Amino acid sequence: MSRLTPPLPRSDANKRPWFLQLFYEEKTRAIIYQILVTGALILLGWYLVSNTLDNLARQNIATGYGFLSLEASFGISESMIAYSPADTYGRALMVGILNTIKVSIVGILLATLIGTLVGIARLSPNWLLRQFSGAYINTFRNVPLLLQLFFWYALINTSLPKPRQALNPFGDTFITNRGIYTAIPEYHVAYWWMLAAALLGMLGWWLLRRWAIRRQQATGQPFHHGIAGFCLTLLAVIAAYLLAGAPSAMDAPVLQGFNFKGGWNISTEFTALLLGLTIYTSTYIAEIVRSGIESVPKGQWEASNALGLRPGQILREIILPQALRVIIPPLTNQFLNLTKNSSLAVAVGYPDLVSISNTTMNQTGQAIEAIAIFMTIYLSLSLGISLFMNWYNNRMALVER
Amino acid sequence: MSDSGATQRTLASRSQRWLKQNLFSSPLNSLITLVCLYLLYKVGGAALNWVLLEATWIADPQACKAGAGACWGFIAEKHRYILFGTYPYDEQWRPLVAMLGFIALICASLHKSCWKIWLLPLWIVSLGLLGSLMWGGVFGLTYVENSLWGGLPLTLLLAVIGTICAFPLGIFLALGRRSHMPMVRVICIGFIELVRGVPLISVLFMASVMFPLFLPEGVTIDKLLRAQVGIILFTAAYLAEVFRGGLQAIPKGQYEAAEGLALSYWQSMRKIILPQALRLVIPPTVNSFISMFKDTSLVIIIGLFDLLATTKGAIKDPQWRAFYVEGYVFTAALFFIFCYSMARYSQYLEKDLKKGYSH
Repeated sequence: MSRLTPPLPRSDANKRPWFLQLFYEEKTRAIIYQILVTGALILLGWYLVSNTLDNLARQNIATGYGFLSLEASFGISESMIAYSPADTYGRALMVGILNTIKVSIVGILLATLIGTLVGIARLSPNWLLRQFSGAYINTFRNVPLLLQLFFWYALINTSLPKPRQALNPFGDTFITNRGIYTAIPEYHVAYWWMLAAALLGMLGWWLLRRWAIRRQQATGQPFHHGIAGFCLTLLAVIAAYLLAGAPSAMDAPVLQGFNFKGGWNISTEFTALLLGLTIYTSTYIAEIVRSGIESVPKGQWEASNALGLRPGQILREIILPQALRVIIPPLTNQFLNLTKNSSLAVAVGYPDLVSISNTTMNQTGQAIEAIAIFMTIYLSLSLGISLFMNWYNNRMALVER
Repeated sequence: MSDSGATQRTLASRSQRWLKQNLFSSPLNSLITLVCLYLLYKVGGAALNWVLLEATWIADPQACKAGAGACWGFIAEKHRYILFGTYPYDEQWRPLVAMLGFIALICASLHKSCWKIWLLPLWIVSLGLLGSLMWGGVFGLTYVENSLWGGLPLTLLLAVIGTICAFPLGIFLALGRRSHMPMVRVICIGFIELVRGVPLISVLFMASVMFPLFLPEGVTIDKLLRAQVGIILFTAAYLAEVFRGGLQAIPKGQYEAAEGLALSYWQSMRKIILPQALRLVIPPTVNSFISMFKDTSLVIIIGLFDLLATTKGAIKDPQWRAFYVEGYVFTAALFFIFCYSMARYSQYLEKDLKKGYSH
């Protein structure tokens, strides 16, 4: 903001020596301030860096990222890519990054789903349901996440049976205190064909939707592109499966020694972390959804009622699109929080980025590099989520007239 | 008699109407009500049995194992350890008094009639008194090292000192972010975005693992203090964004009027802009205080003995290992009481302030 009025003339202004007068000029003063602040910052930085270099030299710690290509020689309990202790620290960190991304994505999806449902239930005409969702929100948002994680982890660990006495609800699925094990189809090239068919089907669906919208705009006749597109995609996938030879071999978990091997499994650590993150974040999302829906004027409900729309339809087609504009920015914050909170994995032993960086740090002594790496990765994850959500927000905002 | 009969009838019809409106307005609603009632009966009944009816109240692990419900004897046995950690047993009245004083002070300062300038010196004096009570070494109290502090007092201390110090820092950062001086702005934005983009745990790691490397040889800073500084910096970045919201909400005319009065930058901020902006953002400020209160539990990861850590410690006792649920429920209840009452306070304040603005 620039000054709207010239500075009041001061009677003693001329008596000041020139350098003081200069100091009273706003522009000069701003420059002086900035030089001082920047200088102080540089001095502080220089002081810290020189101390650090001294300390590192004394403790014989080499700086740099050379350690990333050394052998990690520690095991990781779960990994989405092939990993063994003979691999490098770099690969170990990659495993951590992927694990963090995995739990964040699943957590965000589940928390959004549960949060939206609870938020809508909070506004239900049913008094009992309102009280229930209110109790859910108040209980879980007022207890620290870390405590909840400890609690879920201990609960799963002690209340579920050991692998030898595993619960066997159906087929080749086993529930144990080491995790949930279930059978998955064995690898076959047919599944890649099915994926390709699904993508093609969705492309067709999208083209169909465009055509349907254009036709409705031109002729006023609606076309149910939803059902048609879904059937088209499903047919494509089934056709691909049959054409590729309809494989049916399954990879089932088998009890070996003290634990199950093979199949597909969800570890206890992942379950506990996911449960904690999902429940905790869903309470915040529920409040965001509630206030978003409440922000839509009541007249909108009444108008859509008068048009004869059903309650579900009103919510889906009239209220939510308007509420989304209020909801998306704080929702973005919650997604960021969930991603950052996944770093509490270290407390339940899920090998996420922080947990693996911590092990690396303890083994190599490269504290600065390890912390720099995971801070950079969290910053880029945060940036990625914000960019995506901002893009989505802008898209939603365009609906506004 | 007929009169009271009529009242009874209207009461009955009123409650009938309420039931119809709130629980049975449509078939779907009735179904939801029935499902909820069933859940309430099942879960609520089980909870009631566990918490009260079948609970064991004596501090004897064998009796607890035999009982079906909760083992509150565990809490009776361990509550002093959970609440005060490793603080010398005979001196535990000191953290207790300090804690109660602290809570009383906080409650007093939350009341609007106390928002006066004398609050500041009162806080400084009280903090000094509380510190001397905790540390001792004066007034004939024995000295207690702060590595022995733990439990609820430590949690409260980290959270409250964290807020008090983060508050002014957050204001400076928010002002810096809106400054006209590009260098100042860049530095503030850089700090805020950097800190907000990373998890608190990494800030704490930095404070515990990396910070000692920054200091010259021979200089060490207490671990508690380092964690406290980490929490302060983290909270300040979040508060700065809250305050920025408040500053943005002040109409431009206020800034112009302040300049029209030829007030200097700091004068106009202190006398005109900040009082209005801060008033606007009190509810979100309380909210960020709540999240900080919960977040202090993360110091367990760098090895400080806060409330959560003492609870975990109490559960480690082999005799009582089976009763972790009671331990966590007790601690959760403590956190809940603090956080929920702050949340209610923030809601009350929001309504109260809105009322103030409408006329």
